[in-house]
Amino acid sequence: MLRTRVIPCLQLIDESLVKTVKFGKHSYIGDPINTVRIFNELEVDELCFLDIRATVEKRPPNFKILHEIADECFMPLSYGGGVRDAATAKKILSIGFEKILLNTVIFETPSLVTEIANYSGNQSIIGSIDVKKNLFGKYQVYSHDGTKKQEVDPVKWAMQLESLGVGELLITSMDKDGTWSGFDVELIKKISNAVTVPVIANGGAGSIHHIEEAVKQGNASAVCLGSMVVYQQKEMGVLVNFPDRDNLQSTLIHEKN
Amino acid sequence: MIIIVDYGMGNLGSVANMFKKVGAQAKVSSDLEEINKASKILLPGVGAFDTAMNRINDAGMNEVLNYKALKEKVPVLGICLGMQLLTAGSEEGVLPGLGWINAKTYNFSGRINNELKIPHMGWNIAEIEQNTAITKRYQGEIRFYFVHSYFVQVDDESNSMMKTNYGLTFDSAIVKDNIFGAQFHPEKSHKFGMTLFENFAKI
Repeated sequence: MLRTRVIPCLQLIDESLVKTVKFGKHSYIGDPINTVRIFNELEVDELCFLDIRATVEKRPPNFKILHEIADECFMPLSYGGGVRDAATAKKILSIGFEKILLNTVIFETPSLVTEIANYSGNQSIIGSIDVKKNLFGKYQVYSHDGTKKQEVDPVKWAMQLESLGVGELLITSMDKDGTWSGFDVELIKKISNAVTVPVIANGGAGSIHHIEEAVKQGNASAVCLGSMVVYQQKEMGVLVNFPDRDNLQSTLIHEKN
Repeated sequence: MIIIVDYGMGNLGSVANMFKKVGAQAKVSSDLEEINKASKILLPGVGAFDTAMNRINDAGMNEVLNYKALKEKVPVLGICLGMQLLTAGSEEGVLPGLGWINAKTYNFSGRINNELKIPHMGWNIAEIEQNTAITKRYQGEIRFYFVHSYFVQVDDESNSMMKTNYGLTFDSAIVKDNIFGAQFHPEKSHKFGMTLFENFAKI
């Protein structure tokens, strides 16, 4: 009886913790280290960190912050943002993170996936795909923190990432990001039905019910929570929190085995 | 001093971090002299079975590890792949394992429902089968973080310490005298893992 992983996904800009809405303007949340201490106390399943501006600002990951996070956290950790080569990935893994998220760099250097997989295994790489609907309702893939449109179908791209060797896929709906309006279940379902690796749904979580939809209708293996774990409520102040574990468990229990 | 054996595979930083957190003296080392002087040995590991056995054999660690575990009988804890190495061998490779515990390592693939993803990745419950020095102070439901595509099954139930279900029931922790193995990642399992590390440090 495996539990569905419910993962706070924390957005960084260098040393600050922020939260975006639809990949647009960001609000300052606080200090990442204080925040992870709270998540540690709350015993969350896993934590995901994304430095959302590292790639576009051509910065390397902030190793100092990553060190501080790893020293505090005794749970699975993943990091994405500005990982351009295998040496950087290895350094992050050696700090104590077990998964690296790759997005933009795969369009430029697809062989990096295989290179990292050969070193630390497929399970150490999460392929991250940012998706937005165009005016006609067609799904389109974006890179560079949602600023560059890529001419590839999301489902085909997901399948391609799987064949390159990613161990998981993080599917982020840009339209849903920071909206509290629920995951893009249709998108998640299309992709999870086309691949065998676990799919992590991201963007739009506002309630346990939304998580249930992503898992039961969208076939997501895991979900990321953003606004929901850093704000009290929609349009309200910062409050680092995590949904009630018993409530989550009774809603999400896997019954496949 | 607890020596975390570095044979070039695994997440040693987080293992060392957790020993530090529970106030135990531990050091990452690949030095045969240091391993020889260890009061306890932690065998980590992430990756492929044969690659790990080759590295251990090539580094000449096999002899000193055998001596420490079987003759001197210092407490040994293998985690994840490090636990699988304690068994006779794995379906993942062709090389023999260290063979300290009568058990074998099998492939999930082909043995569990197709709907279940491989690797078994995420938090799952472990049921204590046998109380040992490292299962002290556990109360209520205990859960750990797992990532693995191969699982261990003991030949003799007296070597089973914990069991977990993922499509089938496997031995998620094993034991024989001074030798312990955990399939999950205690270093990534909050207080559940800390208790285990603390218990190990206090043996």
